[in-house]
Parts: sequence; structure tokens; C-alpha cells
Amino acid sequence: MSALRTGRYHPLAELRDEMDRLVGDVFGALPRTATQNLPYLPLVGNRPFPALNVWTTDDAVYAEAELPGLSEADLEISVMGNELTIKGQRPDIEQEGVKYHRHERGVGPFSRTVRLGVEIDADHVEATLRDGVLLLKLPKAEAVRPRKIEVKTRG
Amino acid sequence: MATEFNPHEPPEAEVGHAEPTRSGPVFRPNVDILEKADELLVLADVPGTQSDKIDIRFENGMLTIHAQVEPRQDDKTEYQLHEYESGDFLRTFRISEEVDPSKIGAEYADGVLTLHLPKSEAARPRKIPVAGT
Repeated sequence: MSALRTGRYHPLAELRDEMDRLVGDVFGALPRTATQNLPYLPLVGNRPFPALNVWTTDDAVYAEAELPGLSEADLEISVMGNELTIKGQRPDIEQEGVKYHRHERGVGPFSRTVRLGVEIDADHVEATLRDGVLLLKLPKAEAVRPRKIEVKTRG
Repeated sequence: MATEFNPHEPPEAEVGHAEPTRSGPVFRPNVDILEKADELLVLADVPGTQSDKIDIRFENGMLTIHAQVEPRQDDKTEYQLHEYESGDFLRTFRISEEVDPSKIGAEYADGVLTLHLPKSEAARPRKIPVAGT
């Protein structure tokens, strides 16, 4: 029987040191300016929103985030140099004469910037949003792709 | 009209369906529960699943949502940042008997499951006309 966990937690915080330090330190206390800019900053266990998974292959960096309730129109994704910014707004469902018994789903604006470890070809970034999962494919710039070096025999 | 959340996973007998046999983490989705004049609305964040992978049961006053989520990366993935895991979603609520179970409707879009729980006739607010003398 699987363990039932509340919310989400991943203990591999130490992996972040493999990446360049994130712009706006996302673990632990947030810088003052970040919280002032955002009237509502949803946190899941003291981590910012959205939580990100980032992985690499030889050709590209992939970034995934869970963003339920958002459509393309609610999102703004940009790449500058090797910095990726995901900005958006979760729409509110304020209605007349509605009473909340429970209100756990955050609403409002969010913005998160991460520095990717490698140089990206910003002109060829692809983004798909499906069933609330955002997947970004950020191709590595030509210069940083691993190259096979052919060894020729001598003599 | 009370909808109490049961924070403890209920015993299988109470929930009445087979224990999930898949291994892996199971998560409790965030929900909003709203009361309108004619219905309760339950909105659950369950990204990464599909409508045919969501099982909704209502029995003995308990509403259970179970969504199966396929893993999207494999064990060989080289993460630079790994802030969350994927897994099935599971959550159970106690719903008062004022809901008409035969009229519960559900839809899944953009990773959000919306459940409409219409109130039974007896539970709807009624204006009581006052006769004059």
C-alpha cells in the first residue's frame, strides 16, 4: 500500500547545487522584494510556485511544471540568455452568493525565474500545456552540445 | 450543510473499493469546496491524468476521488532540479445526505476536476410565502 503523502515533498534539495544558483533563491526564505511584488505567492511547504522539474539530455534542457487550471492565455513564458521565466495568473472563480467550505487552491499571479545550467537556443524553445502540465523543451545552443570526437588511427 | 473532510485515509471497508495495486507515491490533491444555492462544487487540482483515469465514488455519504497518473519521466532521467514527484491522487470527503447522489456530475479540463453535487430538493433554500390577513 502506497504511503499517502500530504502535499508534495522531495528531499533532493542538494541537487540544486548542480545548477547555477537560482535567481531569487527559492529554497528557504524568499527575498523581501519577491514577496512584495506578488500580492499572492502560493507556497507549497515553503517552496515557491510553480514547483519545477528540470532535466537534460544531450540536445536539450526540459522543464516541467504542474499548473492546473491555467490555459495558454494565462501564461507568459520567456527566455533571456540562460534564464527561464514562467509567469502567470490563476484565475479566480469569485461568484455572487458563493460560500467556501474549503479554499486550498491558490489564485492570483505568480512569477518564477530560474537560471538553466547551459546556454539555450532561445529561438527554438517549445512549450506544450496539457491537462495542467506545462512541458518546455529548450534546445541547447550548438556550441554546448556534446560532440563525439572521432579518433583516427595514426601511421 | 456540512462537508467534513476526513483527514485520515478511511479503512478500505468504508470506502468500498479495491485497494490501489500500483506502487509509487500517492498525493492528496488541493481542493476548493464551494456552496451555491442549488449545488456544492468541488474543484480538485489533479494535473497529468485523463477523464477515463479518474474514479469517483459516492457511497455511504463518502465521496472518493482517485485519479491515476502515469509517470512522465523514467528512472534514468538526469535532473538538474527535482522539486516534485508525480503519482496518483486520492482524497475522500464526507458529504452530507443533502446531496442527491444520482445527479452528481463531473468534468475534467486543464488538470482540474470539477464535481457538481446538486442538493436534494429538501435541502434547497426555500422562500416561504407569508399570507396576508
